[in-house]
Amino acid sequence: MELLLILVIGMLYAGGIYFILRRSMVKLLLGIMLLGSATNILIFVLGAIVKGKPPIIGSMQDVLDKASADPVPQALILTAIVISFALTAFAIVLLKRVYALLETDDLDDLNTPEEEDI
Amino acid sequence: MLLTVLAGFITSIFIIPFGKILKSKWSVLLMALPVVLFLYYTRLIPHISSGGNLLESTPWIPSLGVNLDFRLDGLSLLFALLITGIGIAIYFYARTYLKGHPYFDRFFGYLSLFMSAMLGMVLADNMLLLFIFWELTSISSFFLIGFNNTEPGSRKSAITALSVTGLGGFFLLAGLILLGNIAGTYSISELIHSRDVIIGHPLYPLVLGLLFMGAFTKSAQFPFHFWLPGAMKAPTPVSAYLHSATMVKAGIYLLARFSPVLGNTPEWSYPLMIVGGFTMLFAAYHSLLRTDLKSILAYSTISALGILTFLLGIGTREAVIAASVFILVHALYKAALFLITGIIDHETHTRDITQLSGLRKVLLPVALAGLLAALSSAGVPLSFGFIGKDLIYEATLHTPSSWIFILTTLALITNICLVAAGFMAGIKPFAGPLPEPFKKIHLPYTSMWLPPLILALGGILLGIMPDYAGSLFSLQAANAIFGADTQLHLKIWHGFNTVLVLSLVTLAAGTFIYMINKPGKERLNFVKKLNHLSPEYIMGKSVDAFFRFSEWYTGKFHNGYLRSYHLQIILFAEALLAYKLWLSGPIEIDFFSLAMLSVYEVAIVAILIGALIMMLTTRTRLTAVVSMSVIGYCICLMFVFYSAPDLAMTQFTIDTLTTVLFVLVLYKLPPFLNLGTKKERYRDIAVSLIFGIILCMVALQAHHEPIVTATSNFYGDAAYTEAKGKNVVNVILVDFRGIDTLFETVVLSIGAIGVYNLLRLRLKPSEKE
Amino acid sequence: MRSSILQTATRYLLPILLLFSVFLLLRGHYYPGGGFVGGLVASIAFVLHSFANGTDASMKLLGRKPLSLLPIGLGIAAFSVVLPMFWGLPPMTGLWLKGTFPIVGSLGTALFFDLGVYLVVVGVVLTILFTISLTDD
Repeated sequence: MELLLILVIGMLYAGGIYFILRRSMVKLLLGIMLLGSATNILIFVLGAIVKGKPPIIGSMQDVLDKASADPVPQALILTAIVISFALTAFAIVLLKRVYALLETDDLDDLNTPEEEDI
Repeated sequence: MLLTVLAGFITSIFIIPFGKILKSKWSVLLMALPVVLFLYYTRLIPHISSGGNLLESTPWIPSLGVNLDFRLDGLSLLFALLITGIGIAIYFYARTYLKGHPYFDRFFGYLSLFMSAMLGMVLADNMLLLFIFWELTSISSFFLIGFNNTEPGSRKSAITALSVTGLGGFFLLAGLILLGNIAGTYSISELIHSRDVIIGHPLYPLVLGLLFMGAFTKSAQFPFHFWLPGAMKAPTPVSAYLHSATMVKAGIYLLARFSPVLGNTPEWSYPLMIVGGFTMLFAAYHSLLRTDLKSILAYSTISALGILTFLLGIGTREAVIAASVFILVHALYKAALFLITGIIDHETHTRDITQLSGLRKVLLPVALAGLLAALSSAGVPLSFGFIGKDLIYEATLHTPSSWIFILTTLALITNICLVAAGFMAGIKPFAGPLPEPFKKIHLPYTSMWLPPLILALGGILLGIMPDYAGSLFSLQAANAIFGADTQLHLKIWHGFNTVLVLSLVTLAAGTFIYMINKPGKERLNFVKKLNHLSPEYIMGKSVDAFFRFSEWYTGKFHNGYLRSYHLQIILFAEALLAYKLWLSGPIEIDFFSLAMLSVYEVAIVAILIGALIMMLTTRTRLTAVVSMSVIGYCICLMFVFYSAPDLAMTQFTIDTLTTVLFVLVLYKLPPFLNLGTKKERYRDIAVSLIFGIILCMVALQAHHEPIVTATSNFYGDAAYTEAKGKNVVNVILVDFRGIDTLFETVVLSIGAIGVYNLLRLRLKPSEKE
Repeated sequence: MRSSILQTATRYLLPILLLFSVFLLLRGHYYPGGGFVGGLVASIAFVLHSFANGTDASMKLLGRKPLSLLPIGLGIAAFSVVLPMFWGLPPMTGLWLKGTFPIVGSLGTALFFDLGVYLVVVGVVLTILFTISLTDD
């Protein structure tokens, strides 16, 4: 199963990279989100993959069963997911503003006015 | 001592708010600074000249071994007196010279900054501290050279000077750090104990080379000499102060300071003798070709610096004595000559010696100062210069016999040229008939002609009483340079010997050359023809080439297209990762340790891949966004399978909200356009596939590595026993790493405030477009 | 997007979802859940409400600007960090009340901290979404 996950990681990375090489701002943003998801899964895979044993201490126990899933990558990913939401929201709003001003989704249109100034 | 060093910095800060007031007659307050400092150091003469020294240490950055360690010995005192004493003359002179200048206050700010930096440099007993002050002198010099910042020439000269001295400073820093590492201490006075270790170290030649680079650039030795004539664009008081008496001697000071530690080896002596010898000859000859008074003085200064380097290279007792005396001799007469030039320039508005003559009739005290300075510079008996010159010959004669002839000849030719140059600068403008246009010239204020006169008189007085000069100033300085007692004892009359003959020959030949030397346009044209061989020209060209290269490079890589930056970064990362993977050899996969595969998992991955392909190929935004959320839900399900319920819930809610957000904002945007060319698209597909494959391999390899479970075990064990929680992930977030989480919420809040303000920002119609 | 089906559904969904979010928050220390998830679920409840009844109605329901939840949440979280210092303990030390409570288990500063996170998350999400829908032009 890990191999399947690693395949997913590779594909998400490839897709993300392909999108950030596009000219469209929306694609750039989607690409960044894909890269973020891919990284999350990568971190997840680096811990041991365990089925059906969440990192929760059993009701009769005082310490976490060693066979449980690794809690550290999960804690890392959890914060990463929430932070990436804030990032995405900000980027989307930025995009909205840019579109309202320039009425374009083309990244190349963003730097032309400056070049003309020079 | 610390206070004396800081005084100038404090003054220059003080000038910022009170500059306006100080422009008026209150500017006399500024004069107190050098006077007080000079008196302070004069008071210390008896203590130092009897062989004592002063130490003062204030902690600054103890972790780096940098403390404000100051140490006053003979050498430092000689320089401190020069800096503050000539400083007095310069301050008074400049106050009149720049009267009414709009940047009067700024000038004194820079000048005080410079004086402090210079004082700090000669007093510092810590190598890194010395370096800091060294750089400060370069920087303040930059501002002073470029003081007339409306002239392109000034700015260019300032930049040239800063780049040359800054380059040298860089080498110096490397050299000092290397030296400190070898010796195990950054304290200069402690270095002497490690002399054997340093000299025996395989990196010793490198240390020397780096220090020499610093000293040669600062003290304008060939081939770095060209910045000094350029620096004459500065106002004359600056030229007199920085570029003849003090700052350019910083390199000499550095060599002198490290001479007892590093000196007296072939690696030390030969480079110094060769570079110094060549520089003194080259510059002395050049000074005869110039018609601009300041140029003459600049080249003769370079020559004098060459002599000092040369003497320190010889490094014998006699040479060290000669150097310690010549520093003082040169500072006195050269500063005076510069100030005189400034007066001439100020009154006649020309510095061309072919036009200047007869000024003694209108500027008598100035002419007297010029005459005295020229006599000292020429080494006429009874002047201090005479003693300096004698000692130089004494030094060249006391070398191994095979060297005597060549060294003495070098010194002789140099001195002859310098005699002529000194006469040209000090006597020529005042001799002969007075041309008509100069008849209306009046003598300037006393505060302008008195300083050069005092300096020139000083040169004569010390010549008459060499005993005092020797015991008060030079003896301990020479001892500090030599590292042992030099038994220096200065006398006017040594008896009729070779040295006297050489001195007289010098004087006669110099006077003769002065008579026949007629510098003019033709000579300058001749020099210009050889210009393309000069270091300045070569350096200028290489700087141009460098600019062209960086322009090409910048244009190539910073073309303003985001995706091309991405492409470069990704390609570089791919190359780096691929190289690393190639190094680590084949990847092993242990199929038995893998978790079992179920139908659901395969199905989810299939859906995910399908959604990804859909997203990458679709033409509409909405499809792309929906595909994105499908991918998110698939990941969420994976988290469910692999025992991460918290992640699954978070991913699910976040994915939902993100989709809502996208739909809220983007549903109005037009469909994707096909913006790239087919070729670009294939290239990008290739790049991204390679990246994906490489990441797969990295993940495989990382997965194969044994997992370090110490951290996880700690949290697993402590979660309930110490933090009373059973959901370990949540305990990590709110308890063990609570501060991290707190700041994460801060980041979230900042993001929300950013969005809030971005959306409420209402642009005025004029700001649109 | 006003549909009466959605409006009617929301009337029941909103309290249920909010209750669920509080439940998630409270049990976070023992079972899956916690401040982040709880806050997100609560936000979704309000977002759903705003879809059905309009953003202004949701704002009225919330009773205050969502932006004002940020300082409250941050303040609560920061307070629970500093609180142990009043007893001379290092910051972030967990303090616990004696005895157990239903659902919550032991009551302590960790829960208090999680409450702060919960409020911040609600504030952040609602600020972003409400501002966007209110300034839609």
